[in-house]
Amino acid sequence: MSIWEYANPVKFLRLSERVLPALWVISFACLAIGLIWGFFFTPDDFRQGSTVKIIYLHVPSALMAINAWFMMLVASLIWLIRRHHVSALAAKAAAPVGIAMTLIALITGAVWGQPMWGTWWVWDPRLTSFLILFLFYIGYVALWSAVDDPDSAADLTSMLCIVGSVFAVLSRYAVNFWNQGLHQGASLSLDKETNVANVFYHPLLFSIAGFVCLFLALVLYRTGTEIRRRRMRALMAREVRHA
Amino acid sequence: MRALLLRDLILAIRAGGGFGLGLAFFLIVVVLVPFSVGPAPELLSRIAAGALWLGALLACLLSLDRILALDWEDGTLDLLATSPLPLEAALAIKALAHWLTTALPLVVAAPLFGVLLNLPAPGFFWLTVSLLVGTPALSIIGAFGAALTVGLKRGGLLLSLLVVPLYVPTLIFGAEVARRGAEGLDATGPLAMLGGITAGTIALMPFASAAVLRMALK
Repeated sequence: MSIWEYANPVKFLRLSERVLPALWVISFACLAIGLIWGFFFTPDDFRQGSTVKIIYLHVPSALMAINAWFMMLVASLIWLIRRHHVSALAAKAAAPVGIAMTLIALITGAVWGQPMWGTWWVWDPRLTSFLILFLFYIGYVALWSAVDDPDSAADLTSMLCIVGSVFAVLSRYAVNFWNQGLHQGASLSLDKETNVANVFYHPLLFSIAGFVCLFLALVLYRTGTEIRRRRMRALMAREVRHA
Repeated sequence: MRALLLRDLILAIRAGGGFGLGLAFFLIVVVLVPFSVGPAPELLSRIAAGALWLGALLACLLSLDRILALDWEDGTLDLLATSPLPLEAALAIKALAHWLTTALPLVVAAPLFGVLLNLPAPGFFWLTVSLLVGTPALSIIGAFGAALTVGLKRGGLLLSLLVVPLYVPTLIFGAEVARRGAEGLDATGPLAMLGGITAGTIALMPFASAAVLRMALK
């Protein structure tokens, strides 16, 4: 029994069909708890007022935007090294979800920044890095759709993902150097004594868990779609050959 | 290797358009800048360094598909892939040829165009130095993009979309060197970073490009 068993599309689909309903339920339950608790049952911040509550969307989506790219990187490496098709398809399936997360983070950030910083957008290092990440996602998706042969598309996009990761990290440090930031430091980190105050922290954990499960569910679901689309393609190719 | 370099250089010169088009495009961008932001000399001198870097980058970007597209069409690329010369070396040479034919003329012309944009006097030296150090990275990263999109029908626009995010660190440090130089500040810090990026990409990118090209030719 090893994890590589699920490189078999049939086993993967069987597993994901069993896991998916639970994942959907958990993600929606966590999101409901986190968001309702966060929006209605936490006090207003003494400086930010009620705008602080956008944290329940902004932080988890930003977190998942980066983790989605990281997941694509791992899946790309698995595809290049072990040639499991499911892995390549999972990377393909994760990209649009990552785009959505990046957009949510950018938009909620802008909505919060307007009343707080007095501007929708500043060229702050964090904001700029996210915009660059967004460009990387777009390029990745565009390359997938431009190459006809699915295997070479998986090859090329995997390499783009790996090289892109290196340059994304480089860009992160380059923009840090280039402009001073307006954005506050990390909201959550493991090595800090005080993070966000506990009243805000507990609902935030729920909403993060909700976003993580939502991301997993969406990726599993979309990977299943991609597998079936690949099967359909193979069936149609067979039909054409017989006809 | 020398034969390949000579061949690429001669092709670029004889087929025309090699230096000409890139330089002309650079000039056009530089001419368009005052039209778009207004002719006030103090404003122009403030943005000159960045505008020149951006123009050089765009001119570089425009000529990237020439690195591999023609060789792909006439089958030279397949011969290169099967030749005893490692594909990594072949791609490094092709990037070098691109740099010599496209980027080097831009570096030489940039100070001239700096006059048009009212670049402050100390900026000329730093602009040239930063372009000289930074443009090899543009060529070698561009070769990776060209390898990614070789043989694709809608390659041109996609190539730009893929390569531009990869150009971000080079542009940031390059333009920062030129800007600090033009303002009379110490520019050695970003210059070291720019040199690091160039050295790192020259050392590593040919391997990535060759891996991609092997996948694309398969």
